[in-house]
Amino acid sequence: MRFTLNGEAREATSAPMSRLLDVLREEFGLTGTKEGCGEGECGACTVLVDGDPVCSCLVPLVQVDGAAVQTIEGLGDDHPLQHTFMSEVGAQCGICTPGMIMAALSLGENPSLDDIKVALAGNLCRCTGYAAIYRAIMKVKSA
Amino acid sequence: MRTAISTLDVRSVTTVRDALAVLRDEERAPIAGATDLFVALNFGTLAPRRFLDIWRIDEMRTIAADGETLVIGALVTYTDLIRSPLIAARLPMLVEASRQVGGPQIQNRGTIGGNIANASPAGDSLPIFAAVDAVVVLRSAAGDRRVGFNEFYTGYRASVRRADELIVAVEIPAVSGRQWFRKVGTRAAQAISKVVIAGVRDGESARVALGSVAPTVVRARQTEQALAAGGSIDEAVDVLRREIVPIDDIRSTADYRRTVSGNLLRRFWTETQ
Repeated sequence: MRFTLNGEAREATSAPMSRLLDVLREEFGLTGTKEGCGEGECGACTVLVDGDPVCSCLVPLVQVDGAAVQTIEGLGDDHPLQHTFMSEVGAQCGICTPGMIMAALSLGENPSLDDIKVALAGNLCRCTGYAAIYRAIMKVKSA
Repeated sequence: MRTAISTLDVRSVTTVRDALAVLRDEERAPIAGATDLFVALNFGTLAPRRFLDIWRIDEMRTIAADGETLVIGALVTYTDLIRSPLIAARLPMLVEASRQVGGPQIQNRGTIGGNIANASPAGDSLPIFAAVDAVVVLRSAAGDRRVGFNEFYTGYRASVRRADELIVAVEIPAVSGRQWFRKVGTRAAQAISKVVIAGVRDGESARVALGSVAPTVVRARQTEQALAAGGSIDEAVDVLRREIVPIDDIRSTADYRRTVSGNLLRRFWTETQ
């Protein structure tokens, strides 16, 4: 299976029905993508496939053949959202943070609070109460 | 994850023709957005071991008008439905329902054909297809078969689809009257319904279907008759509460579902006047 991973052409040798989540973590060592529930409820494993946020625990490897996959590692360590998640304390235990940031990437400029809540509706956080996360995203996305 | 992945066999196809040729010769479970099948895989409860990956069959991703009939390809996702001007114009309650499926990650992958094939009594889109008398288009190497949506399910998680058939599309005849949809769950996103209802009101006649209140999605025919006969809404609510057969389960109780179903019917009737 060949696909683009964080901008680089890669070939995966895992079994075709492997979860994309496991391929990323175990074959490519990209452990920024987390496993929470394993059933598409929590969003901790969110990555972008061809630009769209998906739960990587529910994507068989065979279906990303030829696709472009982006994980939190693809942002480097200097993305504005990474900085504001720290400065606004949008991350506490941190398990949900990579998924939250990947889901937030799909938002356009100047989103309303409601737009942000809808974009993050598939991501659960048990620490922050969400307000700090919304604030972190608002800071980056407001022109 | 509790399934031995290396024991699973999958073939990928990109055309309906190739898919049907495979299904004619081999028994394989079609897999599209995997939002239901991979949950079972993660829990170790997935029965099939051989799969047919149909995710890349682009010809099943179209939403089109064929005269008065709306034709939705089986691989159309909830995100596609939310963004479609044609669906917004003709079947706006399906847009509303799609926004309430899971979260964006699930809406990007979950498909209409998958929701129908999965045959859950709680499928969010299913009461809509039941209420508008949709038609499921099944295709096999032997030809096409059109089955009325209300004749599609034969029992809990069971349908008339044969193993060699693929759901290729769902057809929606012209809908006249006001459309109404409500899903009642624990929270706005990421919830499986306790009760889900879709209705179409055309003057004093109504078509009403509910999910999560019986082994399959159900049309409330007796309730519809009570309304059409000019009975009061109180009478119709009583009929509905007798007509459905909800159970106690992890999400809710039979009592709650009966009460809420009646309340929803009352609200439907008031808001669509």
